Amino acid sequence: MMIKPILSALRRHKAGTILIALQIALTLAIVCNALFIIHQRVSHLSRGTGIDESNLVIVTNRLVGNTENFVPLIKSDLQALRQMPDVEAVYATNSYPLRNGGWSMGARTNPDQKKSTGQTAIYFVDEHALATLGVRLVAGRNFNAGDVIDQDPKKSIAGPVTIVTKALADKLFPDGSALGKNIYLTEEKKPSTIVGIVEKTQVPWVSSFASTWDQYVTFLPAVLNTDYNAYLVRAKPGQEAAVRAHVLDVLVKNNRMRTLPDENGVQTFADVRSKAYERDRGMAIMMGIVCAVLLAITAAGIVGLTSFWVGQRRKQIGVRRALGATKRDILTYFLTENFLIGGAGVVVGSAMAIGMSMWLQQHFETERMSVVYVLVGMVLLLLLGQGAVLAPAMRASKVSPVEATRNA
Amino acid sequence: MLGYYFFLALRSLRRTRMLTALMVLAIAVGIGASMTTLSVMFLLSGDPLPAKSGKLFFPQLDPSTGATLRHTPMDLLDYTSAHDLWQAHRASRQAMLANAATRVQPTVSGQAPFIVQTLATTSDFFPMFNVPFRYGGAWSAQDEQRAAREVVISSTLNQRLFGGANSVGRDVVINGAQLRVVGVLDDWRPRPRFYMVVGARFSGGDTADLYGPPHDVYLPMPTGIDIAQADMQPFTCWSDGMVDPHHMTTAACAWVGLWVELPDVAARDAYRRFLEDYDDQQRSIGRLTHPKLTRMMSLHEWLDFQQVVPADVKLQTWLAFAFLLICLFNTVGLLLAKFIGRSNEIGVRRALGASRKAIFGQCLVEAGLIGLIGGLFGLFMTVAGIYAIRQQPVAYADLVAVDMPVFVLALALSLGASLLAGVFPAFRASRVAPALQLKVQ
Repeated sequence: MMIKPILSALRRHKAGTILIALQIALTLAIVCNALFIIHQRVSHLSRGTGIDESNLVIVTNRLVGNTENFVPLIKSDLQALRQMPDVEAVYATNSYPLRNGGWSMGARTNPDQKKSTGQTAIYFVDEHALATLGVRLVAGRNFNAGDVIDQDPKKSIAGPVTIVTKALADKLFPDGSALGKNIYLTEEKKPSTIVGIVEKTQVPWVSSFASTWDQYVTFLPAVLNTDYNAYLVRAKPGQEAAVRAHVLDVLVKNNRMRTLPDENGVQTFADVRSKAYERDRGMAIMMGIVCAVLLAITAAGIVGLTSFWVGQRRKQIGVRRALGATKRDILTYFLTENFLIGGAGVVVGSAMAIGMSMWLQQHFETERMSVVYVLVGMVLLLLLGQGAVLAPAMRASKVSPVEATRNA
Repeated sequence: MLGYYFFLALRSLRRTRMLTALMVLAIAVGIGASMTTLSVMFLLSGDPLPAKSGKLFFPQLDPSTGATLRHTPMDLLDYTSAHDLWQAHRASRQAMLANAATRVQPTVSGQAPFIVQTLATTSDFFPMFNVPFRYGGAWSAQDEQRAAREVVISSTLNQRLFGGANSVGRDVVINGAQLRVVGVLDDWRPRPRFYMVVGARFSGGDTADLYGPPHDVYLPMPTGIDIAQADMQPFTCWSDGMVDPHHMTTAACAWVGLWVELPDVAARDAYRRFLEDYDDQQRSIGRLTHPKLTRMMSLHEWLDFQQVVPADVKLQTWLAFAFLLICLFNTVGLLLAKFIGRSNEIGVRRALGASRKAIFGQCLVEAGLIGLIGGLFGLFMTVAGIYAIRQQPVAYADLVAVDMPVFVLALALSLGASLLAGVFPAFRASRVAPALQLKVQ
């Protein structure tokens, strides 16, 4: 292929060449980083919670009344809910995955440790929790009714037994011997024995401050004596809507003295998930739109400028055709010319993309973008450029040799 | 002359419709995106209290006594320190603040109770932060001292409980206690809720909720402690043992904020010295054990430090401007194509006596015209963009609106940018050698 003639021809159109190359470079930089951000956000919101998210209804309410002891009221609520025909299992708790609020403590394996081995979220549950959440027990046993104590939330929270997630077990006891061992959650050095290990459960928080410990969960068997509770209700398969519609009536009939938040007092887990990841979803969608529009604008720019060039060089093309060049030769010429410009553009653009990624890392605490995105972006933009120039190049190839004889 | 150029420009634009449409669209999208994000950025990072932001300060010290030393003071103070500093009255105004979620029982029977955000504070809060009243006023200092059962409610709560009428003198039941309304606020929407932004810098940039409506209930601090001290949040405790939520005034926990108003530099320096002296004194009597760690930020510094502007908004603003830059590069290329394509016409005009400057001028006018048209469409895009933001489920969605300065900026930016984009192509066009163009016909 005759690269040299193409290059010397381009040298006479420096301005336009540089402009297209710069546009491709900038678009590459932005598209690479946008794709990276999209991937980050999507993988962020695709993290599994470890629970069975279907058929799960959550009621958040606050019990009112002149009482200091809410435990009998909570237990009576749970009893009423269990008697609903469409309910499979139900329990009361302080928090659950994706709630974005809850308790966390440092867990230690040795009572005299100064620093905790791992941070963990605490879920207060009863013996029905594992069934309601649908998490799988991989070792040991579930709580039984005798394990569940009444707990004053302002007193020390360490109960005698606990169930932890496998991730936390492996972190605290890397040799795999977690079952039966003690962990220490509070300053009082009261031990909690691990009697069961579940496969996977997520912490309540979705933001980055919990990202290194988002699978470290400790279940403590206790009914918290507090007015503010969440009731998690597992509906029989297919009965989620029915349960959601009636659960509040059943609770109110049992005990009128409660208030619910104005919004989201009763929600399904799907609602919880969509609310928790709103920001990530919005960002991913916006980045997607930006990519699409940017690529369209760059493509349009290439089409416009190249059409103009073709128009300018009609005589030259005619001369070449008269001298024996085929239509394919002309087409290939323009495609190659565009490839060269695009090539220069993506080389400069990849440097810009990496620079932009480092700037984003510094100012917005994103992670390091892998080179794969740059490579994918380069291929994408080169293909885009080639696609954009196809139409003007086809028109150029159709210029008839008689143009050589015409005077401009 | 300008009128003639304008006429020429208009004709030329109509001749190459596709190219013109492409350029106008690119500019419109670029301007629309950048103006929309800029509007949101202005809204969220603007000064929430322009008249007084230079005079409000947030004193801090380290009240914790645990084993681990801190590098920065906690965002809040413990009750003893806050109360001592407040009671010393060393600033022209000072207010303690504590946040709680309380239960309101509507007096109309049949209505269910609901939960509201409550602020326990002192009477200086209202004049300090220019909080407007619709009916009545704040409680008096004497009433505050005797923990009077008085309350100030927001206009929203007033609307919900009393239909918006003048409810001064009527009763509200909060956390089971009967309180008398002494004041109703006018519509007040500080952006952000600057007086209570503690902990925002730990939220990972997720600070949109700070721009939601302010508190609905305002209680005198002693009254708040009486009826809601167990509901105070957030709080950080450093004791080894358990904390009794019904004795928060003596608890080893930080849950109270203190704002002071200091009218000039001298007052500010004096208060800083006072704060340090207080810290020294408390350490000498043994109540505080950690080394001195006092700090007093101004309102601006505090908002900056807490990073209240959501990270996503900042990212979007940068992105929009990069977008605009690309659209401009696009415009430069297309203008170049346009002008050079008219070399014949330019050659004829030059031969007829037009100077290079005249050609340059005419091409610039054409670029400017495209910029103006693009700017007008960009305004439509901005309005559409702001409408889209208002549909988002963020706390500041209802605050975003199109205002005059943004409109003017949009047109000015689009005109300026397109003129800038047109400089190089116009220059190239003006250098066309007329002879070459006239030779071949």
